Amino acid sequence: MSLFYLIPLLPFIGFLINGLAFPKLNKQLAGIIGTIPPVVAFALSLQLFLNFDGQTQIYTLAEWIKLGELSIPFAFQVDQLSLLMLLIITGVGTLIHVYSMGYMAHDAGLGKFFAFLNLFIFFMLILVLGANFTVLFIGWEGVGLCSYLLIGFWNQKNSYGDAARKAFIMNRIGDLGFLVGIFLLIQDFGTTDYAAIFSAISEGNVPENVGLIAFCLFIGAMGKSAQIPLFTWLPDAMAGPTPVSALIHAATMVTAGIYMVIRANVLFELSPDVLHFVGWIGLATALLGAAIGLFQNDIKKVLAYSTVSQLGYMFMGLGASAYTASFFHVMTHAFFKALLFLGAGSVIHAMSDEQDIRKMGGLKSHLPITYITFLLGTIAIAGIPPFAGFFSKDEILASLYHHDPIMWWLAILGSAMTSFYMFRVFILTFFGEFRGSQKQADHLHESPWTMTLPLIILAIFSVGGGIINLPHFAGGNEFLAHWLAPLLPAAGEAAEVNFLSLEGGAPLLAAFLPAALAIYVFGMQKSVPGSDESVTGIQKVVYHKFYIDELYDILIVRPISLLSNFLHQIFEFLVLDLIVEGVGKIVQYASTEFRRIQTGNVGYYIFMIVVSVTVILFLGLKTWIL
Amino acid sequence: MYLLFILLFPLALGSFLLLAKPKNAFVISLTGSIIEAIAVAYVLIQSSQSPNSLSISYPWIPEAGLSFSLWVDGINGILIGLTGLLIPFIVGSTAKTEKANNPVYQGLILAMQTALVGSFLAKDAFLFYFFFEASLLPIYFLSAQFGGENRIAITFKFFVYTLFGSLFLLIGLIYVYLRTPGEVGSSDIDVLVETARSLPATSQNYLFLAFFIAFAIKMPIFPFHTWQPDTYTTSPAQGSMLLGGIMLKMGTYGVIRLVLPMFPLGLITWGTSVMILSIIGIIYGSIIAIQQKDAKRLIAYSSFAHVGLMSAGILTGSLAGIQGALYQMLSHGINIVGLFFIIEIIERRTKTRELSQLGGITQASYMLSVAFVVLSLGSVALPLTNGFIGEFLLLKSVFDQDMWMGIIAGVTIILGAVYTLRLIQKSMFGNVSRITKEFEDLTSAEKMVLVPLVLLVLLGGIFPQAVLNYSAESVEKLTQLLN
Repeated sequence: MSLFYLIPLLPFIGFLINGLAFPKLNKQLAGIIGTIPPVVAFALSLQLFLNFDGQTQIYTLAEWIKLGELSIPFAFQVDQLSLLMLLIITGVGTLIHVYSMGYMAHDAGLGKFFAFLNLFIFFMLILVLGANFTVLFIGWEGVGLCSYLLIGFWNQKNSYGDAARKAFIMNRIGDLGFLVGIFLLIQDFGTTDYAAIFSAISEGNVPENVGLIAFCLFIGAMGKSAQIPLFTWLPDAMAGPTPVSALIHAATMVTAGIYMVIRANVLFELSPDVLHFVGWIGLATALLGAAIGLFQNDIKKVLAYSTVSQLGYMFMGLGASAYTASFFHVMTHAFFKALLFLGAGSVIHAMSDEQDIRKMGGLKSHLPITYITFLLGTIAIAGIPPFAGFFSKDEILASLYHHDPIMWWLAILGSAMTSFYMFRVFILTFFGEFRGSQKQADHLHESPWTMTLPLIILAIFSVGGGIINLPHFAGGNEFLAHWLAPLLPAAGEAAEVNFLSLEGGAPLLAAFLPAALAIYVFGMQKSVPGSDESVTGIQKVVYHKFYIDELYDILIVRPISLLSNFLHQIFEFLVLDLIVEGVGKIVQYASTEFRRIQTGNVGYYIFMIVVSVTVILFLGLKTWIL
Repeated sequence: MYLLFILLFPLALGSFLLLAKPKNAFVISLTGSIIEAIAVAYVLIQSSQSPNSLSISYPWIPEAGLSFSLWVDGINGILIGLTGLLIPFIVGSTAKTEKANNPVYQGLILAMQTALVGSFLAKDAFLFYFFFEASLLPIYFLSAQFGGENRIAITFKFFVYTLFGSLFLLIGLIYVYLRTPGEVGSSDIDVLVETARSLPATSQNYLFLAFFIAFAIKMPIFPFHTWQPDTYTTSPAQGSMLLGGIMLKMGTYGVIRLVLPMFPLGLITWGTSVMILSIIGIIYGSIIAIQQKDAKRLIAYSSFAHVGLMSAGILTGSLAGIQGALYQMLSHGINIVGLFFIIEIIERRTKTRELSQLGGITQASYMLSVAFVVLSLGSVALPLTNGFIGEFLLLKSVFDQDMWMGIIAGVTIILGAVYTLRLIQKSMFGNVSRITKEFEDLTSAEKMVLVPLVLLVLLGGIFPQAVLNYSAESVEKLTQLLN
């Protein structure tokens, strides 16, 4: 048994302990027991990473499903891609566990919370470690379950329960696509093993329907990574406690779709149409998310739409075959978005659970660490150099520039919106006058060290994370590109960028100008968004998320309810059952009618006998002759 | 002899309970069902090591070639195992209720076990038919005597409907039997299979329908299901467990054991049509389940949807389809017994199953909600639960047969989540209602039943191979007959 197995096993053990001992276990102890597994798993992952010799290692635990020729083992794969994912999941996971000890300290369900978090880490590790698409699917659905449990963590509130259900169901729509993709893979290759499938393809064994396979897998990615049309669950998922939003709905789970496309890049490279589709879906999602984010007043909702939008950027990169750039953005986004969410959590914590930025303001003096780290996160996401987000986003933009100029222009537009809404939130939260109640004002405080320490660490990564794939012109050596190269197609990555050209200059302008505008409007003019009723026109449409939820309700939810009622109350009882009962009634009727034949009249009986015999004879004669 | 023991022991004990009416019926019944389970386990291990070593055959009506013959192979072994496994839980679920020491109630459960085991063990087709029909009696009395609202009318309809269906089976059986070789003929299943296979396509087409309709009503398959929701809902909890957990598998078993090997030409003619009916049932049942107000009725419709997928998989006649169906029969049995039990527990405490009146139970009984969620996850086929293995193989088999049928059947994983999560939310989550305010936590007797079932959901999802291996050889032999 290799130490490797401890990496997923430890969080599972943590889940069992906290899950079974809840609610008897002491809260502080529960927090510590819950935090140890990701810490140790991170140390083990780091060791694995540092000792990695470039050779893919496969660990086969046991046969899982075997049926005739088909064999699906519990097999795990350690390679360049899964190692980096391991580090993100256990690293960011550790920080968020530590943070949760502070954030959830007053919650009676703390033990349960850590149990679910550990279970999530377990499934997320299975997802990235699986050596075949079916084990990936175990993790895929497993993280969906944890997401469901954690969104609905405070399930006494019905709307939170609704949000949890919505997330699970929308993910399941995507999962059906994924499952169909798996079935197609089995049909074509007789296996779901990555190695077997990709080597079959490299030997020229390309099935005709490879595009369909890639498309089906991408449907799965659309659900998990909240892309149009399956994105509406992610903003609602903010019902979950804020550490959950940071870990699951920003840093790790929602990037599983990107991970999967990169993992299956061999299949996608053979399907240019699907890649094209991936890119445009990503672009549309990026713009839609950013546009909605412009007008939201709930600090977590802004970050949620921002996540939807950033995930769109990653898919845009994938669409342009810029796998390294997309993965680079997965990593930097994990840092700065986790940071922003945790910062928002710190603010919400201080504000006695207030999430409306219109009621905040002037918090910088009360929460100095949160303020500075949030600022660093904002600069990073806005794409201002030399912070992490600048380099990763710039790589995606550079690859788009060569891939499709229209997409590039639109992506620049989205980038500008990002910068604007982030600075808007930042200024409204930390500058100006405090706009909350007196009670909230008295309660304002910086968070305990368990919460600020993760903020500081994540801030360091948000500032310096760009170093992972620092381009040559900035003195780097493109570590990530070299590291991932064995798994990726040779071409596709963009050339060096010249900052004095349009290509280099536009992203910079798109980062700086909107930031300046936001600072001017909200900082210097001190304007504050009006109440919900005061918004009108196009702004109202955007504020209400283009009424997409309402549209789905009218187009899908309500027709199914109506159909359900119709089938149950009308079809089931008035049609089917009536037929069944009708048959019964006919038999009953017939029996009363036939009883009349038995009149007791002997002459009538003899007559019937004669008729019968004649008929029988006639029929017999007929067959005899024929 | 072991087969004779596992067949007759429950009946003997049941008759004793029914006639002598001892006071401590629960202890007798539970001990008996556990002894039976151990004997069944022994039989299964034996038969997997040396197939056919346990088969027995006595002349029954030698003049007509009917024999009393029993056997175990990889296919019926699964169902005998399922019966042996579930009955102790079904008996155990009566603990500390007024039914626990009711000798009639316990006696009927055990009598039912003999009928169920008999239909699975039978190697003679008329013997199969005998037990197939005999099983109606104990379940009829259980439901008609101990059931809920409107029970007489509902159980009568159930009785007549299924009896009506099996008449077709009887006629079909006689038709084939009359064509068996030899002076007196034979009703051995193998002989009947040989005979039926050589019949011309037109006969096979009629016979396929005659046989299938009996099993379609039993499972049930759309549109023959109208007896099912009412019967499941009105039966006492243990009656519903017997019906949904085991009895419906008589139908799916019948299709695997008789319809597939006997009428390959009939399958070619009708296969697609009945598969479409099965798949309609999946969607139809799921959509109706979404709006159910009564928790038990919701489970009834979900069972109807699940069995549709089993039927569709079986009708593909493929290894994946039949193996998946067998595995799913096992998983579905475990899950539905657990779910019916939880609904019973809720009803015991709150006197209602109306979802609108429930809510917030997780706050009062964390453990009950955990059990409910795990069993539900098995029901919605989450990976690493038992339900996933079966549904994965079943959907794959349907998909391999026809892509669009596979995709439409696959919608079950979405709709299943819709109605199941709604059930969880309305009962377990949300605020406590007036009647769930004083909800009492699980008693140790209830835990004794629920905890093992929950563990089985997970074990079945992680280690399916033992069961799949057990049936593999027999199923492969069967699928070879179909090619």
